Amino acid sequence: MIESMTSIPAPLIEVHKLEAWYGRRRILHGVDFQVNPGEIRVIMGGSGSGKSTLLRHLLGLHKPRSGTVRLLGVDIGKATEREMLDICKQIGVSFQGGALLTSLSVGDNVALPLREHTKLDENTIRIMSRLKLEVVNLGGFQDLMPSQLSGGMIKRAALARAIVMDPKLLFFDEPSAGLDPVVSAELDELILRLRDALRMTIVVVTHELESAFKIADTITVLDQGNILMTGTVDAVRKSDNERIQDLLNRRPREIQVDADAYLKRLTEEEAV
Amino acid sequence: MNAVTRPLAGIGRATVDSVAGIGYAGMLLLESLYFAAMGWRVGQPLRIRSVFEQMRQIGVDALPIVTLLAMTIGIMLGIQFIAALSEFGAQSQVVVAVAKSVTREFGALITAILVAGRSGSALAARIGSMSVSQEVDALATMGIEPVRYLAAPALLAMLLMLPILTVFADVVAIVGAALYSSPSLNVTPTAYLMQTLALLSPGDIWQGIAKAGVFAVLITLIGVSTGFSVTGGAEGVGRATTRSVVLSICYIIVADMIFSFFLNR
Repeated sequence: MIESMTSIPAPLIEVHKLEAWYGRRRILHGVDFQVNPGEIRVIMGGSGSGKSTLLRHLLGLHKPRSGTVRLLGVDIGKATEREMLDICKQIGVSFQGGALLTSLSVGDNVALPLREHTKLDENTIRIMSRLKLEVVNLGGFQDLMPSQLSGGMIKRAALARAIVMDPKLLFFDEPSAGLDPVVSAELDELILRLRDALRMTIVVVTHELESAFKIADTITVLDQGNILMTGTVDAVRKSDNERIQDLLNRRPREIQVDADAYLKRLTEEEAV
Repeated sequence: MNAVTRPLAGIGRATVDSVAGIGYAGMLLLESLYFAAMGWRVGQPLRIRSVFEQMRQIGVDALPIVTLLAMTIGIMLGIQFIAALSEFGAQSQVVVAVAKSVTREFGALITAILVAGRSGSALAARIGSMSVSQEVDALATMGIEPVRYLAAPALLAMLLMLPILTVFADVVAIVGAALYSSPSLNVTPTAYLMQTLALLSPGDIWQGIAKAGVFAVLITLIGVSTGFSVTGGAEGVGRATTRSVVLSICYIIVADMIFSFFLNR
């Protein structure tokens, strides 16, 4: 009995019928998906597929207008400030541009969550943050300012900050954007290492196929606000869905012209 | 949309935007005060260190320029009042005219305009560029409330430093006026200052301090709210910075007039 309960652990992320709107434009059309503990889930999709919007909802930066997002078992639409804070302490986020605070040194950036959320003494904080910098191969760089780092180093420093609280759940937005192939391959290795060494559940949002196939356990393919499929790397590769094959083979999509909407756009009448 | 409805829609949109802006600023004020008073209870304590850091940037670093401007204003008022009052042979009234106008009006106004230009714009630029580069989002996902971390320290520091700077500016301006006018009035600067002290009532000083408190709230809220609502990259940051300075100065002058009207009836 107990064994069967532990063998099916509760999902860390549960999204149910999530809709998102920007003004009158619907970005997400009722998205459903879940992420189980210990897996590396890649959310893949082209520009405008809604993956950034989905990520912002998963991080609690946007509250769902309709549908629910449960993070670590808590519905973030209804969470109190205290519950939200507890969730934030258990997730780590590495943003696309790193989002290091430019006014703080690399070491202070990495130490920031520890300083804000723990009562550890300064020495312990310093050692712990240097430890995480070593994990991402940035040992010795703690005294530099973010502006003195290269693009790849900024991403790694951001990753160090994201994992400094040993989160259960790590989000990674576009790890390879703007990096050369070697550096982005190194970053992929790092992500795999983190999952194995620190047993994190990792959600990566990317449009880079190569890196997605290398790191993913499961892939969710998003297109124009809908989930096309969720499955293992092989299943996605073998999928006969036309849009997925377009994405995999870098084929331009066929744009269908809606004559009425086209006319309305030209004459600036409100589209209904 | 045709030619008639378009301007109407524009007016409507601008009205909604400005009401929304005021509402947003009010919410920022309440949240900042909430975090300052109760933050430690919900795991979002206000860091005294960052308040001191802001106090240094807003207050101490502004001392040289405040001294220079206050001194200039004092001398300028001395020149004008001597010229104007000597027409009536009422030169001796220069002391009271300078003392009252500086403490009630110019000290607070000049300091506030200066701080709006220096620190209000700096707040807007700093928070604006942080919004653009997702640093504000990063703070939020780290469980650090951006309002607590960025806005509340600035608000407290401004509320403490602007009145102090104002009193400092009062003193410097009156000293400036004393240095310029005492020869024409045939008194020593010391005698001039003693006479000023005898003429001023605590109410005069308080009027300036109360204004400074209101200006402090205006400068911070405008700086912070324009910063948080930046969109459109580096250009947006520039626009927000300009907007915060222009808005702050407009609001300061209008608020000053309203204040003066009610306090001097």
